[in-house]
Amino acid sequence: MNALYSELQWLPRAPEELPQRLKALGNSAGTLGRELQALASYAQDLNQLTRLAKAIEKARVGGKSLDPLVPFRLAVLSNSTIDLIVPALVATAARHGVALEVIQPSYDQVAQEALTPDSKVNSSKPDAVLLALDYRALPLKLTLGDRAASSATVQGVLGYLQALRNGIKANSKAVCIFQNFAPPVESLFGSLDRALPGTLRSLIDAINSQLAEFVLGSGDVLLDVAGLAETVGLADWHNTQLWNMAKFSFSDELIPLYADHIGRTIAAIRGKSKKALILDLDNTVWGGVIGDDGLEGIQIAQGDARGEAHLAVQRLALDLRQRGIVLAVSSKNTDEVARKPFEKHPEMLLKLEHIAVFQANWNDKATNIQAIAEELSLGLDAMVLLDDNPVERGLVRKLLPQVAVPELPEEPAWYARTLAAAGYFEAIAFAAEDMKRADFYQDNAKRVSLQKQVGGVDAYLASLDMTITFQPFDATGRARIVQLINKSNQYNLTTRRYTDPEVTEAENDPEVFTLQVRLADIFGDNGMISVVICRPGEAGVWEIDTWLMSCRVLGRKVEQMVLREILDHARAKGIRKLAGTYRPTDRNKLVVDHYARLGFTKVREDGSGLTRWELAVEGADPESAPMKVVSQGFAEAKEKPIA
Amino acid sequence: MDEPQIYARLTEIFHDVFDEDSIELTPELSAKDVDGWDSLAHIRLILTVEKAFKIKFSTSEIGKLENVGDLVKLIEARA
Repeated sequence: MNALYSELQWLPRAPEELPQRLKALGNSAGTLGRELQALASYAQDLNQLTRLAKAIEKARVGGKSLDPLVPFRLAVLSNSTIDLIVPALVATAARHGVALEVIQPSYDQVAQEALTPDSKVNSSKPDAVLLALDYRALPLKLTLGDRAASSATVQGVLGYLQALRNGIKANSKAVCIFQNFAPPVESLFGSLDRALPGTLRSLIDAINSQLAEFVLGSGDVLLDVAGLAETVGLADWHNTQLWNMAKFSFSDELIPLYADHIGRTIAAIRGKSKKALILDLDNTVWGGVIGDDGLEGIQIAQGDARGEAHLAVQRLALDLRQRGIVLAVSSKNTDEVARKPFEKHPEMLLKLEHIAVFQANWNDKATNIQAIAEELSLGLDAMVLLDDNPVERGLVRKLLPQVAVPELPEEPAWYARTLAAAGYFEAIAFAAEDMKRADFYQDNAKRVSLQKQVGGVDAYLASLDMTITFQPFDATGRARIVQLINKSNQYNLTTRRYTDPEVTEAENDPEVFTLQVRLADIFGDNGMISVVICRPGEAGVWEIDTWLMSCRVLGRKVEQMVLREILDHARAKGIRKLAGTYRPTDRNKLVVDHYARLGFTKVREDGSGLTRWELAVEGADPESAPMKVVSQGFAEAKEKPIA
Repeated sequence: MDEPQIYARLTEIFHDVFDEDSIELTPELSAKDVDGWDSLAHIRLILTVEKAFKIKFSTSEIGKLENVGDLVKLIEARA
């Protein structure tokens, strides 16, 4: 089975403590409905979904409010066994903001339930009736090569479905959700089955085609099970053994996926599909980091394997925009740097005129997304964030749980497919006005100023279990040290470029203090993310020759922890003062106030913008961040930090 | 896999499928002894067992199962 679909890989994995959280439902300060939606947002198997459904039923039977989940009553008519599917539908609907009640009549009573005015289904006055018929319910006879007879068969099936619909419409205001038919895996001739009238394959093709036409514009809804089966593979969809044993229409392993499609459809009926796509930039919309790699270095060229993957994301975003989904950008970058590829790169498909709101700054993404939502006058629950960075995804999920944030695999080639597979933008109708919706936002790549900060960022960072590792330069780290020294542009105070031999020289010079810094967190090891070189200046003074950092770890107080480490070693060596320089370039405006933020005093500024800073070692006590510190490989033990 | 290991894993599965941590497995335990062990829960149980032990049962094997003891023997033969 393709795991993207069978395991719903765009959803975060269920945490170990899910059963405990289920038991503790209703005990927290939040609303029950929100808690249920949060629990349903994880990927779960049939047993887990069944347990969650039990908890939802218990709440409903106990008369508890399920706000803000929107109530929906769905009746299901089927000629197959749906008992195991029903709990999955209830649990999964919560993921889509719906409190679902399912009316399930006795097995295989499709016509009776649809046509009898006081049937269980009709009396329950459902909001929608799902006609979940399996092709084996249809009067399909092989009429090989007989075009007239085949046509009559197809018309007969359509007539039957229409009769069911008429019966339902006569007795309630329910929307009919018509499931189409996944054809059998086996063919009779081979390729000819498709073209020759009267084979099962061509009969079902014709039925599906006419059903789609019939439903479009009727006010009813199509559930394209044939398309779903095709996507996962007919051979995986059908499980003949399960049909024989218990009349399961499709493999039990695909029940969670099927339930998600029903959830999306109901959400779409209730107008709760997502309406905006917020794009991260670096390594999402192009390969690489614009601030470090520059226009020449980012990968979006056609013919470049990595570039093609990111172009596919851009293409999908543009197609979504064409059907009325609003595009926005939320990127950790300097605004002008982030806009450059849109303005100047010849291979960019996305242009600034396609983006309604363009937020590129160094503030946290939760606060930025809040501002984007307000600017677009859309709820947070209408937003989707596409971001390659698991730390950013975790932050937004934690602080803005209503925003949909798909998990992405490591390989960018699958980004576009994963976003599409998640089906956030499911629609049941399309009108010309939809195409104009994006224009309504005037796509002027508006920059919104941030008002209030979203709370909880510090607590989230503390939950990342970060470990920072300090070591002096060594042979093992040298290649990466040289790479960072030569390619860091943004978070680089002096932009001094050194060759391998020069780095080796610094490594071996006992008067020079060097640092290679690594950061790991629960998502993995970020590798080396900062490099520092301090050289002896005047007596008792260390000149900070080089201080650079990967922008990926900005906002986590790494700089403060690095300064603490420098100070510990400075104290041990009897150094009284640290002196730092900011040498402005066209790329490092980001760090103009790096030393100010770390408590240094500015002692000089010249006409070019170069600034000089100083910090007395004694009494300096930079803020500590909640991370474990490992300091190893240094020749002398550093002095114990003043508590 | 030896019998005690199978019983241990199977106990976890029963707790998971029936959402009841108090179930204790004996060879004679059968559907009449457990609340909610109807024909559909039985199918869910069999499917979960197949996935957990990475084995597949044939239709006739499933049809012949009378109690937990039979199930354990079947798993032992396959896993």
